[in-house]
Amino acid sequence: MDSSSSVLRELRERVTAAHNERRTLRLRGSGTKDFYGEAIEGELLDLRPYRGIVDYEPSELVITARCGTPLSEIEAALKHRGQFLAFEPPAFKGDPTIGGVIAAGLSGPRRMYAGAARDFVLGVTLLDARAEILRFGGQVMKNVAGFDVSRLLCGSLGILGVITEVSLKVLPQPRAEQTLRFEMSAQQALEAFNRWSGQPLPLSGAAWCNGLAWVRLSGAASAVRAAHERLGGERIDATPATHWWNALRHHTHPIFANNTVWRLSVPDTTPPMDLPGHPLIDWGGALRWYAYGGTADALIARDEVGYSSGGETYHELEGVRARELATAAGGTALCWHGRALETGRFHPLQPGVTALHRRLKQHFDPHGIFNPGRMIPGL
Amino acid sequence: MTQNEVATALRHVVPAEIILSRDEELHPYECDGLSVFRQKPMLVVLPRTEDEVRQVLITCRRLEVPVVARGAGTGLSGGATPHKSGVLLSMARLNKIVEIDPVARIARLQPGVRNLKVSEAAAPHGLFYAPDPSSQIACSIGGNVAENSGGVHCLKYGLTVHNVLGIRGLTIDGELIELGGRAPDHPGLDLLSLVIGSEGLLMVVTEVTVKLIPRPQLARVVMASFADVRKAGDAVASIIAAGIIPAGLEMMDRKATAAVEPFVQAGYDLSAEAILLAESDGTPEEVADQIAEIESVLQAAGATAMVVSSSEAERLRFWSGRKNAFPAAGRVSPDYYCMDGTIPRKNLGPMLEAIEDMEERYSLRCMNVFHAGDGNLHPLILFDANTPGEWERADKFGAEILELCVRLGGTITGEHGVGIEKINSMCVQFSDAERAMFFGVKAAFDATGLLNPGKAIPTLARCAEYGKMHVHAGQLAHPDLPRF
Repeated sequence: MDSSSSVLRELRERVTAAHNERRTLRLRGSGTKDFYGEAIEGELLDLRPYRGIVDYEPSELVITARCGTPLSEIEAALKHRGQFLAFEPPAFKGDPTIGGVIAAGLSGPRRMYAGAARDFVLGVTLLDARAEILRFGGQVMKNVAGFDVSRLLCGSLGILGVITEVSLKVLPQPRAEQTLRFEMSAQQALEAFNRWSGQPLPLSGAAWCNGLAWVRLSGAASAVRAAHERLGGERIDATPATHWWNALRHHTHPIFANNTVWRLSVPDTTPPMDLPGHPLIDWGGALRWYAYGGTADALIARDEVGYSSGGETYHELEGVRARELATAAGGTALCWHGRALETGRFHPLQPGVTALHRRLKQHFDPHGIFNPGRMIPGL
Repeated sequence: MTQNEVATALRHVVPAEIILSRDEELHPYECDGLSVFRQKPMLVVLPRTEDEVRQVLITCRRLEVPVVARGAGTGLSGGATPHKSGVLLSMARLNKIVEIDPVARIARLQPGVRNLKVSEAAAPHGLFYAPDPSSQIACSIGGNVAENSGGVHCLKYGLTVHNVLGIRGLTIDGELIELGGRAPDHPGLDLLSLVIGSEGLLMVVTEVTVKLIPRPQLARVVMASFADVRKAGDAVASIIAAGIIPAGLEMMDRKATAAVEPFVQAGYDLSAEAILLAESDGTPEEVADQIAEIESVLQAAGATAMVVSSSEAERLRFWSGRKNAFPAAGRVSPDYYCMDGTIPRKNLGPMLEAIEDMEERYSLRCMNVFHAGDGNLHPLILFDANTPGEWERADKFGAEILELCVRLGGTITGEHGVGIEKINSMCVQFSDAERAMFFGVKAAFDATGLLNPGKAIPTLARCAEYGKMHVHAGQLAHPDLPRF
């Protein structure tokens, strides 16, 4: 028996014991996303030991890895063969495990152009509450046999069980990449992003902060060149360009250093929102970050951000307003970090949808041992 | 419940003229695109509004009458085969394009809108809806959601699940549920992905919001000939390995080209054992670069001849053969049975050789068309239902192909769905515990089990029964044959 099967056996034993004794488990990889979602208690189930790339064939565009495999290891293997994870999962300031990446289901700046984490999930192996190993999806691009449980598990925050293995679609790295920068107001940038998104351009990123719009083009060298000629803008060298997109992807941009950060997901055509502070806009307008009560900020002057009056009450009012405005725009608002509202960190769901969550949770995890409350309080 | 009792109850809540009950009215609904399975429904209801759908569902729920939702009825797995004591809910009259927003690049659609109509309506804005199943002239968007339909361009543009932003629908209890929407990454579990491809077992979709994408400026296709199928299969892997993602990458064997050529005069090389169609789209500059690259990879992979489309008319002509492969099969044979397995691309060669061997053993011909870039196979088994025993042999032939797909690391269905057709093969792909989980998902949405019963997920008892007749004394049929 190799070491990975003994690690898996141990995980199954821990789950069986927790299930039988009704003890709760807190699933964790590298802990880069400990802040994310609701705070939870429970016995730590460290998933890092179940690691390793199981299968990677570049010509199949698929990589399969155990949950504890560090993202850095996967990205290095892909890079070696000229491929990458096109949804650009955030690593934050550490090295997340691939299981954590998929359980959180977060995507980076390429999300609107290449797809979200869930779009790249081909298959998932689940260790459920009964300690059964269940396989959903597979290693092929097209698969409609049975309900799409593998995508259901992407972004499930571990509340349905332990993701023990994932198969992800990978893509060839773009042959060429060029970042352009434009001086623009938020309003102008949103209009430009939407106009450009409706044209056959090789866009792979569109963001705005502090009077500057950043646009990334990826693809064949000829296509990138032609698009640059069409759009104009200031060419940004590869090093500062990579630095900028990585700051958005991994949240090393100074806006994220603030005490309270709200993430608004809205239709990309939503005009600038009537919230205090200068947002960071990503995903061509579909993602708006607002920060309050912060630390020193290199790009945004304190007064401009509008948190000078500070105080917890103030934050909560801003949060309430963020929720209202996001809802009115047809989107949602999430308290990314900092002090959340009483209604919870995540945007509340429709009652009928919450009821579906309860019934699914009940079926997957009848004794509620996995990450209880991480996604929805009491679930 | 008699037909009369159910019809009377429904007439209390919806107009009588949307309820069909006479034999001759029910007849057109007795099968979908898989016509070997036929069943007359108890009643057909043709709602025109979401509220009428709700009234029908609430009534059926109260009377415990099964409900099978149906789009255009083009499905190939019998997913819309009626239930003999149930209501067939045709969504065909809910066929309005609610909204096209060219700035936001979205379309809001009622479920009965035809797939191709979406792209036609978006065309004046330079946009299109990417998934293009071969039935796109007729199939409906609601049916596409139910089946997670693909098409010839999903290698680059994805399946239905990648192109639908949100859905609105009703549970069997008549509760309105909205999933996803115009903003990305909704909080909570990804129920949108779960419902897409759920074959009408979880809810009835009443509105779909889809993503529209900019139409590429130009598309050109390379048609390459190969002297043997294995080489053609390897060429597919070589293209992907070279870092190229063509907009479409399709393969046809000689039997398929021979069947379609007299039918559509696509200009196929009939001396080739297999042909590949590789399409590139984008700006004129990138298409020129990519076509040159594809040509050099195919040359190195042993292509015996290559032609590049020089006009849009020629490009469409090259595709016409591929898109007409199914009707062509119907032309050369009284009946055909279309399979839909997917395998890792590297196994295309061994799979084709195995199918050749099966043709001999079952004494039936099989022509092969593949979405080669996705590893999605559509072997078309030719048979004559009027010859005793031929359908049974075709059925076994198909099941053996699907089992081989699972053994080769693939799946029994890439895009057509399980429906009623592949229900036994589901026992091969999934364990009892996995199927139990599927039933749990079903129960979370539909505790009564009234939505499309008997489809998609086989019961444990059914699999036990299938296992008994299928695996005799622990051995698969033909234990002497090599398995890949």
